[in-house]
Amino acid sequence: MRLVILEDYDLASEWAAKYIRNRIITFRPTAQRYFTLGLPTGSTPYACYKKLIEYHKSGDLSFKYVKTFNMDEYVGLPRAHPESYHSYMWNNFFKHVDIDPANAHILDGNAQDLEAECAVFEKDIADAGGIDLFVGGIGPDGHIAFNEPGSSLVSRTRVKTLAKDTIVANARFFGHDLSKVPTMALTVGVGTVMDSREVMIVITGAHKAFALYKAIEDGVNHMWTVSAFQQHPRTIFVCDEDATLELRVKTVKYFKVTHTAHLYSTLPHFPQKNIFLKAI
Amino acid sequence: MPSNGSVSDAPITQFINCRILKEHTLQREDLWVRDGRILDPEKLFFDEQGYADRQLDCGGAILAPGFIDVQLNGGYGVDFSTPSEDPGAGVAFVAKKILEHGVTSFCPTLVTSPPSVYHKVLQRFSFFTARCEFQSGGVHGAGVLGVHLEGPFISLEKKGAHPEQFLRTFGGSGGVNPLLEVYGGLDNVSMVTLAPELAGSQSVVEELSQRGVTVSLGHSVANLSQAEEAVQQGASFITHLFNAMLPFHHRDPGIVGLLTSNRIPAGRSVFYGMIADGIHTNPAALRIAHRAHPAGLVLVTDAIMAMGLPPGRHTLGQQVIEIQGLHAYVAGTTTLSGSIATMDMCVRHFQQASGCSVPEALEAASLHPAQLLGISHQKGSLEYGCDADLVLMDDQMVLEATYISGVEVWRK
Repeated sequence: MRLVILEDYDLASEWAAKYIRNRIITFRPTAQRYFTLGLPTGSTPYACYKKLIEYHKSGDLSFKYVKTFNMDEYVGLPRAHPESYHSYMWNNFFKHVDIDPANAHILDGNAQDLEAECAVFEKDIADAGGIDLFVGGIGPDGHIAFNEPGSSLVSRTRVKTLAKDTIVANARFFGHDLSKVPTMALTVGVGTVMDSREVMIVITGAHKAFALYKAIEDGVNHMWTVSAFQQHPRTIFVCDEDATLELRVKTVKYFKVTHTAHLYSTLPHFPQKNIFLKAI
Repeated sequence: MPSNGSVSDAPITQFINCRILKEHTLQREDLWVRDGRILDPEKLFFDEQGYADRQLDCGGAILAPGFIDVQLNGGYGVDFSTPSEDPGAGVAFVAKKILEHGVTSFCPTLVTSPPSVYHKVLQRFSFFTARCEFQSGGVHGAGVLGVHLEGPFISLEKKGAHPEQFLRTFGGSGGVNPLLEVYGGLDNVSMVTLAPELAGSQSVVEELSQRGVTVSLGHSVANLSQAEEAVQQGASFITHLFNAMLPFHHRDPGIVGLLTSNRIPAGRSVFYGMIADGIHTNPAALRIAHRAHPAGLVLVTDAIMAMGLPPGRHTLGQQVIEIQGLHAYVAGTTTLSGSIATMDMCVRHFQQASGCSVPEALEAASLHPAQLLGISHQKGSLEYGCDADLVLMDDQMVLEATYISGVEVWRK
């Protein structure tokens, strides 16, 4: 695991966006070889998306040969509803970049057969050659996507009932009216994300600090499903100072030192010039 | 065209780098058009996996719905009320010219005239509005929504410039028969201005409203009660507020009192036309009306045939008119002969005089007239599914281009 600690939310978002940008650029995607990206929604990645759009608009980053797979979507919420994850992705990302609509995959929470929808999604990922980089966030209860406490750590894409914690956390998007928050969602499984070649989890804010502690300093436990990534060969946790508040000083110090040493690995490497561009 | 073709194969245009008037504000959003209508890009993306065929860079300008003028008597030397060999050609000529003022739809207006004129003009009119491309407008000119018949069922005392000898009353029979007799028919009539104090007006107002014709109160000495009754029968507009009606009085506000009347039926609104040329209405009066009932304000030009002509003397039919700046006088006098301001001038003047926001000023010339005519699901708005009749303008609301059904029909 790498733990990258930035001073605040904006810097953490920028770091994460640059990492994604550099991954795509160095991959050099083409029509024969797409870069596959797993994507989250919510307030945490909001600034990250803004940065990615900025890099696209400045001409540095194209999504023409990128395929995306979103983690989740509510069940039963009309797609045009402003709080659906389709709306989120359209307004905060897709409409500002040059991705081919056929390559933007989001689970359909209004499908006739939800189980079939999940199976097709897993197949689409497999057909795309698996996911190169899955970007995710973490819930206050340590969930990844909607893999609520108690989810199997080898689960696949499926229908899940949302935990009370999650519904309460989401209420602010539905006028603070708990009765309006969807109670079920389609979500990629822990196993689905574990299958990707690289995982990056972005965690910001003091309210996530305890979940981060449980995720990386305690054992692998299905009550804190993000802890599963302790067993993934390539995981990066990107966080701000506030999110580290429940970690041991020793842990934080260790990763701050190693981060400095690895600073330049986030930079795009242009071999013809042999220059590392400053990332931060 | 780039889409999975599940809905349409027609080409898609994306207006980028613009601020669009939506939800009563200017939003930094792109506008998508297909088949002459405004397209929902999110549906295009997810349902059709489509994207734009071409992008038009608006250079940061404001993109708003095209203006709708519900009271236009003519212009550029053409008078809609003066019978000519080919009334259609006159309307078509003016329709083309007003694209330069950002007007994408309008109601040609006929002032009080003899039945023969109505019969001739309306009949000729029916012939060429049957060609629906003329109705929606295009490169050939602004769309014709229907005729506005201002008179002849108006008050003698408030006739203004209308010819006295052709004024009429309703007679005793009730219903719209007197109108059918005078006008020759009500096909293609969008609006009728009448004086509600005339005996027998109630059944007329009721039947016209049921037929879908907008009833407007004007050229009238009605008191507030009479006006309110007419509204209850279905009247929904006031023709050029303040002009040709009793002035506001604190014990009987007259027609002006409709702006704040509490006897308007629930769910309905009274709209009122304002000629915001700075001449026909004192800016202070304009502000009073706007502050009393902002949602009902509809900008109209009420422009006469001298509109669009250069300064100086012009002989127009029986009249000699002198144009000085924005004033049109009966030659040799200081009597105003009508307004000659263009719609975009009115929008700018209204915004300056009232201090309202740019979105409010733009809506007074687009959304409100569309709501008045009951066509706001199609015109006067940039909601998905509406006709892509657009104006492009800078921050001072000076026009740069006009579009009808997504096609550029005029550029500065």
